[in-house]
Amino acid sequence: MTSEYAKPVPTAGINPEITQPFWDAAKRHELSVPYCSGCNRHFFYPREACPNCLSPDWSWSTVSGKARLYSWTTVFQPGDTRFSEETPYVYAMVQLDEGPRMIGNVIDVDANHYLSPDKVNTRLEAVFEDVTPEWTLVKWRPIEDEAKSGRDE
Amino acid sequence: MSLRGAAAIVGIAELPTQRTNPGRSSLGLIADVTREVIKDAHIRKEDIDGIVTEGDSTFPAMAVEYLGLQNIRFGSGTSMMGASGATAIAHAASAVTNGFANYVLVVMGFARNPAIVPPPEGDGGMGGELEQPYGPAAGANTGYAMMYVRHMAEYGTKPEQLARLAANQRFNAQENPNSAFQGQPITVEDVLNSRYVNYPIRLLECVMPCGGAAAAIVTTADRARASLNKPAYLLGAGFGVKAGAEWQMDNLTTTPVARSAPTAFAMSGYTPRDIEFAEFYDCYTILESLCLEDSGLVPKGEIGPFFESTDTTYKGEFPINTDGGQLSSGQPNLAGGFRHVIEGARQIMGKAGARQVARNDLCLVNG
Repeated sequence: MTSEYAKPVPTAGINPEITQPFWDAAKRHELSVPYCSGCNRHFFYPREACPNCLSPDWSWSTVSGKARLYSWTTVFQPGDTRFSEETPYVYAMVQLDEGPRMIGNVIDVDANHYLSPDKVNTRLEAVFEDVTPEWTLVKWRPIEDEAKSGRDE
Repeated sequence: MSLRGAAAIVGIAELPTQRTNPGRSSLGLIADVTREVIKDAHIRKEDIDGIVTEGDSTFPAMAVEYLGLQNIRFGSGTSMMGASGATAIAHAASAVTNGFANYVLVVMGFARNPAIVPPPEGDGGMGGELEQPYGPAAGANTGYAMMYVRHMAEYGTKPEQLARLAANQRFNAQENPNSAFQGQPITVEDVLNSRYVNYPIRLLECVMPCGGAAAAIVTTADRARASLNKPAYLLGAGFGVKAGAEWQMDNLTTTPVARSAPTAFAMSGYTPRDIEFAEFYDCYTILESLCLEDSGLVPKGEIGPFFESTDTTYKGEFPINTDGGQLSSGQPNLAGGFRHVIEGARQIMGKAGARQVARNDLCLVNG
């Protein structure tokens, strides 16, 4: 952990008070997402009303941290030059086993292997990176022993 | 009540699309293109009594002020991002059909002058919190790349198939003096050999940010019949809006065109089989491909084989983006999507010169 982390940390979105528990959980190395008691579904990103049924009655739910790779892009030219040294890298849209999707990176892989659509549905597990004393980012790593059986769509 | 045949475009104008416009402002380009569209429509400036802009960087009141328009009875800023141009034509048609105005100026321009720093975008969305820490690709590339991967995985689409789209549009651009790429033809191999910006998107499958401007005059069918130009009548229109962030979409391979196109076809009384040529929004080869499928012009999932078997140049059996589109002309910000309306009208009006299509009665435009 270092306070000299040179890449962007999260900046406030629509309502930072609503999302803060997500980041607090990440700091504890837990993945927590909203669960709506109106329609009994998880959702993401956290917002004041469930995007499925618009109910305000939801609570935080710690989830498995297991997911599959829904889609991705392998970045050679980042939008922000602070990522340039790491290219190519995998910027991913993952689908949690509980349903919601989120953005992250697939790490501990050779990004040059992510140049073919057959990586869709790769099984992933959450990895928590403590990038600064204040921020922990949620990233994703392939699950080795599930690699063959994960293509279940 | 329907808009079918109730309104028409009676004048068009477009400034050359180029990488930048030194010494110029966006409103300055808007003034230039307005002067030209007034001439093309054979009206007086005083006749303009309605205005539609894209509403994000140019509010209607800013354009009214800069252009010194005194008679405006209808104004709207569409705020529909890339779809602003096509949306604006439907708004203008609604306005004249309902009597809010008689001659609506639809105008969009962007100088891309590096000496003029645009205000920060600040969309108020979640990008800074949930996307930027993970390093998205440049521009809008990230979401479209993820759509591209899903389309390949779900339908077996191949990059060499979509590269044909890019090469055909570049062929068309060679006859477009307003294109930033005139004199620079490309082949399918050139597309496939261009570098990855971010897999699976290669450089020649992305638009190039540019400056430029475009304008149209929309009026009632009655007034259009008296025009010295052959009018381009609006026969149907429809809209669709998706979540701003692609990762918030349920399905990455279906666009809002799946909702807008059926509305437009139902209003018009025509079907996809009747369409003779198409002008489609094309920030990336994949997005244009998805929209062509969702419009009903090509069955879902079959865009790859379609490009293998169909000549989509202006000389071909089904011309698409006859001016080169944005991919092969450049993207002057929100005026970029408007170019598809302008080129569709230009072809219908018989003003397309060397790239005039043989059958020019019925065009489908997607913004």
